[in-house]
This record gives sequence, C-alpha cells and structure tokens, in this order.
Amino acid sequence: MLLLIDHVTVYRYDLPVRGVVQSHRLTPSGCQGQKVLEWDVSVSGGVKGGGFRDGAGDWVQGWSVKGPVSEIAVHVRGRVQTADMAGVLKGHREIVAPEVYLAETAATELAGGLAVLAQAAEGTETRLSAAHALSRAVSEAIEYKPGSTHARTTASEALELGVGVCQDHSHVLCAIARANAIPARYVSGYLLADAEGKAHEAAHAWAELHIPGLGWVGFDPANECCPDDRYVRLGSGLDSREAAPIRGSARSNGPESLNVTVAVLATQQ
Amino acid sequence: MTQHFNEMYLGAAVRDPYARLEAWMRTMPADLRIQKQAEAEALFRRIGITFAVYGEGGDPDRLIPFDMFPRVFTHNEWARLERGIKQRARALNAFLVDVYGRGEIIRAGRIPAKLVYQNEAYEKAVAGFVPPKGVYSHIVGIDIVRTGPTDFFVLEDNCRTPSGVSYMLESREMMMRMFPDLFRENRIEPVDRYHELLRRTLTSVAPAKCNHEPTIVILTPGHYNSAYYEHSFLADLMGVELVEGQDLFVEGEFVYMRTTEGPKRVDVIYRRIDDAFIDPLCFRPDSMLGVPGLMDVYRSGGVSICSAPGAGVADDKAVYTFVPEMIRFYLGEEPILNNVPTWQCAKTDDLKYVLEHLPELVVKEVHGSGGYGMLVGPKSTKEQVELFRQKILKDPGNYIAQPTLALSATPTFVAEGVAPRHVDLRPYCLVGERIELVPGGLTRVALTEGSLVVNSSQGGGVKDTWVLAE
Repeated sequence: MLLLIDHVTVYRYDLPVRGVVQSHRLTPSGCQGQKVLEWDVSVSGGVKGGGFRDGAGDWVQGWSVKGPVSEIAVHVRGRVQTADMAGVLKGHREIVAPEVYLAETAATELAGGLAVLAQAAEGTETRLSAAHALSRAVSEAIEYKPGSTHARTTASEALELGVGVCQDHSHVLCAIARANAIPARYVSGYLLADAEGKAHEAAHAWAELHIPGLGWVGFDPANECCPDDRYVRLGSGLDSREAAPIRGSARSNGPESLNVTVAVLATQQ
Repeated sequence: MTQHFNEMYLGAAVRDPYARLEAWMRTMPADLRIQKQAEAEALFRRIGITFAVYGEGGDPDRLIPFDMFPRVFTHNEWARLERGIKQRARALNAFLVDVYGRGEIIRAGRIPAKLVYQNEAYEKAVAGFVPPKGVYSHIVGIDIVRTGPTDFFVLEDNCRTPSGVSYMLESREMMMRMFPDLFRENRIEPVDRYHELLRRTLTSVAPAKCNHEPTIVILTPGHYNSAYYEHSFLADLMGVELVEGQDLFVEGEFVYMRTTEGPKRVDVIYRRIDDAFIDPLCFRPDSMLGVPGLMDVYRSGGVSICSAPGAGVADDKAVYTFVPEMIRFYLGEEPILNNVPTWQCAKTDDLKYVLEHLPELVVKEVHGSGGYGMLVGPKSTKEQVELFRQKILKDPGNYIAQPTLALSATPTFVAEGVAPRHVDLRPYCLVGERIELVPGGLTRVALTEGSLVVNSSQGGGVKDTWVLAE
C-alpha cells in the first residue's frame, strides 16, 4: 500500500519562551514492508541539530528554536510504501539486546491487577502463542474509549479503569509481557484510518514483543491485530515517553497548549 | 581476625621506605606535633576543603580530617600497582565499548547477559555509540587495599565520577608547606602534574565535529553538592570554566555556554552529575541540573561527555566480580591485581554461605557507594547483623559479600601519639588517547581504632601518599 502522511503538531505558549529544544523520533526507518519514498520534517523557525541512528535502529533528530517565540509548528510529510509482514519486524538494523526491554518503567510498573492479567499466558506452549494470548487479554480488559485517560496514566491505572486509548493498551501489554519474561517495547507510528474498522487513531501506538526465531513482532491490542500494511512504524522505547515522536523542552514558565492533526491516506500507485 | 600488616614494619624491623619517617616521628616533640596539626586544620579550613556528610545531622560541611603521617610506597611496589591499575582501566573501557556494541563477552558466555542488560546502570540511550578514542570512563578510581608485604586487592572500581583527587593534591601541598625538610630528605615522586594530565586527557577525547583546540568545562550540580569544592578546585587548576546546567544550552548541532561575551561553543564536558540528570529530554524529565538536548548533540558527535553516559555498568559491584574475566577476554592477559573473593547473594549457594557466615563478612549493596548501607560483620552488634539478614533475604540480588580483609595499617597521629590505623588507596587513572597515572593516589584512613571503614562520609580521614623515586 502507498500511504501518505501529513502530521502537524502546534505548540502554543501563552508567554513567549526563550527557546525550545526538541528531540524527534519522527522519521521511519526502512525495513521489509516499509519503504520510505519521501519524508520531510520541518520546524517553524527551527535550526536542525544533530541527528543519529540510535541502538534501536530509530533515527533521532535534534532541533532547536531560538526565542522569544510563542508558537512552534512541527510539520511532517511523507510517502511510504508498505506491505503486510504479519507484524514481524524484518530488515530493521538494531544493536540493543532484547533483554534490555525487560526493564520496568514508571508507566509500565507491574502494579495493581497487572500480575493477574499476566497469567493470561499460562498454559500456552510457545512464546508466540503466549504473546497472542497476552495481547488478546489486553484487548478484552481495556475498552477503547478516547479521552478516558491522559498522557501520564500508568498501565495499572488504565487496567483499573478498564478503558483507555492505544497508549494504555500498549503500556499494559508491555507490562504483562515483561512479567512473563518476554522482552517488550512500546512503538509509536501512524495508522491508516479505516472507515468501518474498530478503534483507530491515526497517530498510533502498539507494542512489539521479542519472539525467538522471529525477532520483534508487533501486536496492536487496540485493534486486535498485528500491524500490517496500514501501519507506519516511527520508533520504539520502553514506554510512551521513551518512544515519543517529539520530546521537547521549552524554557518557559507559562502554560502551553498542544494541537495535533494527523492525516494518513492511502493512494493508488 | 588475623593480624593486620603494619606497613612501617617487617617483624620488629622498620621497612626501608619508612626509615626516615620513623626517625622523624620518634624525634618530633609533642608540642610541635600539636602545633602542626592545628596549622593543618587551619589551612584546610581556610581553603575550604570540606566534605558534606549525609544523614548525621550537625554541620553538613564538616572538615575532612587530615593526618600528617604519610603513607609510603617503594618504586617497585608502585610499578606493579601502576601496571595493574592501567590494565584494569583498559579492560573496563573495552568492556563498556563491547556491551554497548555487539556484546562479544556475553555471546562468549563469559559474563551473564542479565547482569549487564538488565542492570540499572545500563543505558540503552548510548547503545551503538563509540565515544571518541573508544573511551567511556576517562577517570577510573580504583580502590585498593593491602593485606601483606606483596598482597594487594582491588576492592571496587569507580568508573563514573570518582571524587577525592583534590584531597590527594591538597594533602601533598599541605605536607610540602609544613614539612619542607621531609621532601629534601626523601625522594618523592611529584603528583602536581595531575591537572595537566587531566586536561590533556579531556582534550584528547574532543568530539568528531571539533576541529579546533577544544573548549573544556566542568559541569557541577552546584554548591550544595558534597564535592563542589573539588569541582571548583579542578576547574581553577585546569583553567576551565565551572558551569551548572543552566549555564549551557543546545542550539543546532552544538552546546554553548553563556558568557559575558556571548555564547561560546563547548566541546568537552567533564560532568560531575549523574547520568539520570544530564538531559531531561533523554533521562529524568524533572531534572533541573542538566541540559535539554545534550544527548542528541553528544550522540551526533557535537560534544564529548566525560565520563560517558552509561559508564556505570562497569563499576557495579556485581559486575566487579567479572573484571578479571574482562582482562583475560579483552587483553589476553592475567590480572596483575586480584579481586577480593566475592559472594553474590543472587546465587543460591552464595546466599546460603553468606547467611551462615554473616558475622564474619562485609556485605555491600550492589549499587551502593560511599560506605552507606554496608555491614561489617565483625564490627557489628547481633541486632545489626540480624537487621541486615532481613534486608538480604528481602532482596538478595541487591547484595554481595566479601571476607573481612585484614587491611594494612600505617602509623597515624592520634591523641596519644602515633598508632596504626587501617588505610586503603584510591589512585586516579586517566584514560584518553593515552593512559596516565600520577604516582600515588588518595590514601584514606579509618581514624577510629580498629575501624575498617575509610570513607570520608563515614568519618575517615586522608593522608599524603608517597611513591619513592628509584
């Protein structure tokens, strides 16, 4: 499939800020089933900083904006050729050992009912079937309900609420996979909105679990599937904060607001 | 416990390196000693060498006790120590480059993957990065104890930001000022080149994008930090700026410091703040001490950070056990300096042994430092031992245990005159394009009779360390 991405993030500062520094994971890496044909990121008034491919194979790009400034727009446009790889991440060059992804973070701490939910893997014979069972358990335990949680909701809080968005599904899956000694990571990316599909968010998140013999395999509990050709993978981390497409810091004391619009379209070739 | 080795004597005879000092000690009138001790204290107070002691209440900026009786190594003793220290520093750096790269030592089954990859100090953010000259730990502080005329053991490695080098330099300065005659009578190797070597080391690891004489700064968490004195002392000696996070900012591909003449690009940061705090975008988002965006500049070759983020995984007390293995694996050599035999409470058999022999052992937290949270079995009450037993049982993986070593003692001035007190040694090995070491290090002394805890945070003192010329 040929996917067109148009993603704008606008930050507004009530009091002009002295400057902004951002770290982006906003550039998809090429791998099997994901060929980046065109990609452009711009930051209004921004100076491009250092960029590098990190150990997880993601492109990280620094940006800075000199102040005073009261609005910054980050605009991402691109075209990606995708194919359905049944969720298996192939041809993605990385060096981080899978065991590193067994680490707990504040957002994925095994608290509350998570340990019980993690028992969903019991009785499964392979790690792959365990992974599917865990992903299914997350889909069942947390109903997709936009606006029910916030950016800092932890996995155990979301489980207790029983509702959440893709971020919560992914955190919970990471937490219960790690509880079963399965390395797991949070993945951010884009998803083609599907008119009759279930839950979907164009700026999307899912999880990857490490399966011996296959490597990293994506699971999207929010949509009860494995990522296919509707997905564009941007980057990964231990949790949503680490995998965030944009991490920023503004030297300001005033409140700021954020407005995000994402459009993912499929075109005929 | 076995009898300890007093470094001044061999049997009843005075050892050669101490011959002149023994005479000096014997002939020093008591009033002169008291006068000199007061003089030393006044000097230390005037230059402001203090050390914050946590968790004890009272004056947090306590003066670090200074003992005037030097500790002496012969040329030959030092030659062996030097080779052993450099060997260790080389292996530790090779290990760091490896575990953030392909992890050959783990693939080869020489060190357990879990110990490295699930270590709190392992920084995923630097995986795949090779710092300039392949150096992660630029200042390696190696704590060494002596138990006999030729027996030395490494107690622990400090690969992050070992402190105390200012005490080494000030102790020497102090002794030369107070007892100039001693330096005429004994041929003592100088240590005052340390700051030149440090500067040369930092210069040699300038980042890829630096094509000029690098600008070096020392990044301090600020004057509330217990080692702030040392940060400013080293900055002064090297002639570089001492900065806090707020003095630095990232713009484009580089890091700049604010100066009265406008922004100035910074190439090498000798940071004395922990990994977790250096960049809120990459590590702890609530850090006010760091520089937002610093890690992106670092990884793209715009600035060097010393020690490199992630270096801590090599000085973990559980990883310590494998340093001899690292030396064999990376250097193809046998370790010149031995480790202290160590039991890992994470292992069932080791745990069993430790719990059965708790009153004889020294138990430490894997991530602890500064002598906090440790048990010295033979010096503890039954209650303290039992309390520790519960702590270990709760989280065995967090503890290691070692035999209580009969640390050597050196003559030390005490209220009643001169008496032996236990000592250790921390040399500071500099690793850049070259590996350098000034002859000597910091000798820490446990001033309480019989005490084996030398940490300044636990009331230990310092003394001058001499290496005699050939």
